[in-house]
Amino acid sequence: MPGPSRRRRPRTTLTRGAGLGLGLATLWFSLLVLLPLAAVVATAASGGVRQYLSVLTDDQTWAAISLTVAQAALVTVINIVLGTVIAWVLVRDRFWGRSLLNVIIDVPFALPTVVAGLVLLTLYGPNSPMGLHFAFTRIAVWLALAFVTLPFVVRSVQPVLEELDVDVEEAAASLGASGRTIVTRIILPSLAPAITSGAALSFARAISEYGSLVLLSGNRPFRTEVVSVRVLSFIENGSNAQAAAVASVMLAVALIVIIALDVVQRVAARRG
Amino acid sequence: MGMRIKAVIAAVIVGVLALAGCGSTSGAAGNDATTVRVTGFSVLTAANKPLFEAFQDTPEGNGVQFQTSYGASGDQSRAVQAGAKADIVHFSLETDMTRLVKDKLVPEDWKDTPSDGIATSSVVVIVVRKGNPKHITGWDDLAKPGVKIITPNPGSSGSARWNILAAWAHITGNGGSETDAKAYLTKVLNNTIALPGSGREATTAFTDGSGDVLLSYENEAIEARQSGADIDYIVPSDTLKIENPAAVTVDANPKAKEFLKFMTSAEGQKLYAQAGFRPVIDGVDVGQVQGANDPADPFPAPQKLFTLDKDFGGWGKAADEFFGDGEDGAPLGIITRLQQTTGKVGSN
Repeated sequence: MPGPSRRRRPRTTLTRGAGLGLGLATLWFSLLVLLPLAAVVATAASGGVRQYLSVLTDDQTWAAISLTVAQAALVTVINIVLGTVIAWVLVRDRFWGRSLLNVIIDVPFALPTVVAGLVLLTLYGPNSPMGLHFAFTRIAVWLALAFVTLPFVVRSVQPVLEELDVDVEEAAASLGASGRTIVTRIILPSLAPAITSGAALSFARAISEYGSLVLLSGNRPFRTEVVSVRVLSFIENGSNAQAAAVASVMLAVALIVIIALDVVQRVAARRG
Repeated sequence: MGMRIKAVIAAVIVGVLALAGCGSTSGAAGNDATTVRVTGFSVLTAANKPLFEAFQDTPEGNGVQFQTSYGASGDQSRAVQAGAKADIVHFSLETDMTRLVKDKLVPEDWKDTPSDGIATSSVVVIVVRKGNPKHITGWDDLAKPGVKIITPNPGSSGSARWNILAAWAHITGNGGSETDAKAYLTKVLNNTIALPGSGREATTAFTDGSGDVLLSYENEAIEARQSGADIDYIVPSDTLKIENPAAVTVDANPKAKEFLKFMTSAEGQKLYAQAGFRPVIDGVDVGQVQGANDPADPFPAPQKLFTLDKDFGGWGKAADEFFGDGEDGAPLGIITRLQQTTGKVGSN
């Protein structure tokens, strides 16, 4: 770590109760997450290095991976901007229908994803009441991902924004800070951790999406086939090692993005 | 204090183990001699109900209870392979049964029945919009420019493979070469605008307004019309016979064997026919079938009916030859490769 640490930390802060909590958390986390992850990696490795590489050099698989990652990244960037704006509007502004909007934001969470796909198909399919024909195109993939990931940034930024002291902003303003300075030096640094954690969630959710896409995207290889559909094709053929290999690549992608977002957040927090 | 914490930890561990235990034992709750556990592919959800009721009215079925599980055929088969309990398994295609025979969960002689192990049957049909505005008459029209086709994804859905092989058989079964068949399927795949995850999802996308043509199964088309879908369907003059196998598992109870017999009896087949399936035995009076093009003559015989066994050498051969994904250095399946080429060409 660069720079001297501000405070010397004790080697452990664990009291007995906290130790129990940590033990429980580790046990639960291991059972639910670490075991399945280990199983995926083990299955992926079972086919051997040659098999692993042959999966990764397959054109169709690469097309699916790059489509999924690109659309998920695009959706995440948009969520970062629009999700923060929506949270801001919900917290800072008073308008008619605000509490209704506040409730509706969660609908993409609650709606079964297949239903979401069906609704989007009705809205953007050939009988679109708005004349928007996006079904079975890459725009449809983006649309479905944007729909199911909308709440993540909103819901992680909202509580932080509510706790944010307006007095500080007023003080800054009275000392002559411009609106822009207040936003970049005071508000955004406080929100950065919330925004990045929301972004990480929304990216992770997007690369794993299946339900809303099976109807809407058309699943055409090289055009609209996403990773989850590709994995399912491998499973249908009994090629479990190949399916796990693709899954392990997506795990790595998710890990890299989450770490990258964490780095961005640290940098942003330090600037503030 | 230390004792108490240990006690709490012990309690938590016991709780977790109990939860884990529940997961593995709950499936065996009805494991007595009068409960028959049926695992089947999705379409059977509605079709099986009348059969259960009719069987319970017979002397053999008196007092028998049914536990059901329905889902995508491949998923259901993999679940049973992984240990899900079932007395009767009923799949969309034979590869799902073969998987269980390999693992000794289904006896090797499962085909030794009067209907060769097949419990329900259908044919691949061409579904069109009401009144057939694009004047689709048969397979050749699917290759014409501008015809928008929807068919379930043959990669991820095993059942969807029937449709693609029917199109293939139309060429090779009528004297065409493999090259001709590839050329034809390239055109068909280029016309395909969507490959939804399952047969039902494909029907949903079609009835929702997408596409001019839906490749589907006759029973699926009939059921969609029974539930009010505004569609027509064409039984092509040459098409592929769809055969859905059913079998009892090795540790099934005697009642399950009785029910399997009932499924393929004239009475059982008549009830399946009401749901749109073609009888697998001769001499079944199917009566009126609502939703069929002609309810009084619901199952017109096509001039040529291809079968997997006769024209493709069985599923064991066809699955790898046509849909292989290149595992262990094996060559890609013909259709897999065609999908890749058509996909790349039109990807921009």
